[in-house]
Amino acid sequence: MIPLSHVLLLSGILFSLAVAGIFINRKNVLLLLMCIELMLLAVNFNFIAFSHYLGDLSGQVFVFFILTVAAAESAIGLAILVVLFRERRSINVEDLDAMRG
Amino acid sequence: MIVDVLFYVFGATLVAAALGVVTARNPVHCALFLVFAFLNSAVIWLLLEAEFLAVTLVVVYVGAVMVLWLFVVMMMDIDVARLRQGFTRYAPLGALVALVVAAQIGIVVWVKRLGLPEASAPVAKPAGYSNTAELGQLLYTKYLYPFEVAAVILLVAIVAAITLTMRRRAGQKVQDVARQVAVRARDRVRVVKMDAEGRQ
Repeated sequence: MIPLSHVLLLSGILFSLAVAGIFINRKNVLLLLMCIELMLLAVNFNFIAFSHYLGDLSGQVFVFFILTVAAAESAIGLAILVVLFRERRSINVEDLDAMRG
Repeated sequence: MIVDVLFYVFGATLVAAALGVVTARNPVHCALFLVFAFLNSAVIWLLLEAEFLAVTLVVVYVGAVMVLWLFVVMMMDIDVARLRQGFTRYAPLGALVALVVAAQIGIVVWVKRLGLPEASAPVAKPAGYSNTAELGQLLYTKYLYPFEVAAVILLVAIVAAITLTMRRRAGQKVQDVARQVAVRARDRVRVVKMDAEGRQ
């Protein structure tokens, strides 16, 4: 049997890697979105681990909703990114400092 | 025993894949590493007896969302060299933050123990137990309204994504449905009364 703390630690490592990714790829909007996906995955790990060890399925239902919202988020994020790229020919965060459309 | 071994193997691969997402030079490689990370986590979710969600992760995330990602990444002509500027400069800071976060989580999980019954194994499920059926039962009774809200969120996301990316170029030939419907016969056909012409 897998100890609960090992699963939690794995998700913690995943989350901190994603945080590090946000720091070092902070110019690339695409990679920022990918790091957010990784963070959500780490959070889902926690939910599933606790759902398994506490014998409560509500955690899995919550993961289901997180997956839904994450899919919606990435769809809208990518749409915004496509529009942005069409306007500016760049996805560098530094080029996106004007509020003008 | 085999479950333990599988967990550590796939966990290590998962961490390696996440490292690849963060450090890969090419955004396409990043997306592919993310696919790999999702597949590894699906296996670990299977080990944690979340079968339905594991399959959903593969079908929805790897099959649909990541393909969308790859489409978008490949459609863009990204200047990687410029985006990578400052990568080495910020790498130590990123590593430091990651270490701090990991250490904090490690302290909470290992030293403080969260007051959880660490030794107690989860109750074994009876034969014929179906994770999907149980989840469906819960989703359509206790969580029915959140489920409906999730559906609405997806609908809003579809509409938002389409309206954002729809483009009206000048000179593009588009149909105006309202005008098509409102057209009357006398706008289109003009009946001309004239005498028949004689044979030449």
